[in-house]
Amino acid sequence: MSITEILFWFLTALALGSALMVVFSKNPVHSVLWLIAVFFAISGHYILLNAQFLAVVNLIVYAGAIMVLFLFVIMLMNLNAETEPRKNRWLMYAGWLSGFLLMLVIVAALKEAETRDQLALMKGGDIGLIKHLGRVLFSEYVLPFEISSVLFLSAMVGAVVIGKKD
Amino acid sequence: MPINYYIFLSVALFSIGVTGVLTRRNAIIVFMCIELMLNAVNLLLVAFSKMHHLNALAYDAATKAGAEAQLFVFFIMVVAAAEVSVGLAIIVMMYRNIHSTDINFLNRLKH
Repeated sequence: MSITEILFWFLTALALGSALMVVFSKNPVHSVLWLIAVFFAISGHYILLNAQFLAVVNLIVYAGAIMVLFLFVIMLMNLNAETEPRKNRWLMYAGWLSGFLLMLVIVAALKEAETRDQLALMKGGDIGLIKHLGRVLFSEYVLPFEISSVLFLSAMVGAVVIGKKD
Repeated sequence: MPINYYIFLSVALFSIGVTGVLTRRNAIIVFMCIELMLNAVNLLLVAFSKMHHLNALAYDAATKAGAEAQLFVFFIMVVAAAEVSVGLAIIVMMYRNIHSTDINFLNRLKH
């Protein structure tokens, strides 16, 4: 078993276990912390796939900015385990059953698909490096890039307008 | 690594996110599960980009095929960041009005 495989299985176990803990945790702050663990595991996968730019952006944007925003909102509202709403037990079982069935159906549909003996290039291949991605982004995809700045501006204005005390 | 491993990992992460949306009542945790689903899709896009790159390398050793998928992931992250800022503002507004983040109270919006 090579070092790449060991890292792959370790990161996979970390991602799946932390994702389950996000759903199971009663305290929302613990959910946020487990979600940060999921993002670190996914960034590790990006590094294994040699997508270094996305690994760093994932850490900075998701684990750094978005999760801090979540933590701020949770602490602003003073949420804890006691304020967790009561729920119907049968609805919860139905949710778990349907989530499991969804996974079963997609896995069964894709198991024997045409991609079954394809490989993903783990090491090598410099398409994930910032030099190449930046060149493609600012030549072919410069219009979507500019439009996303307008999207950010409108999101910022929208958040201020919604959150303003009238 | 076989691409199937990445497909199964992403499907499992996505299903956990769907299950969280279906079972939890706290609006913030529902929102976090949506982020989990977005990240599962991102991981699969990156894996497919490297698969496509490996296939293209067989024909041309200097090919750059596959970079588009990683740019899509970048744009998904941009849209997710914008979505989170607006969504959290809505949740704060909802908490200010009804002093709870239980999504069952949201059905009062209709009247």
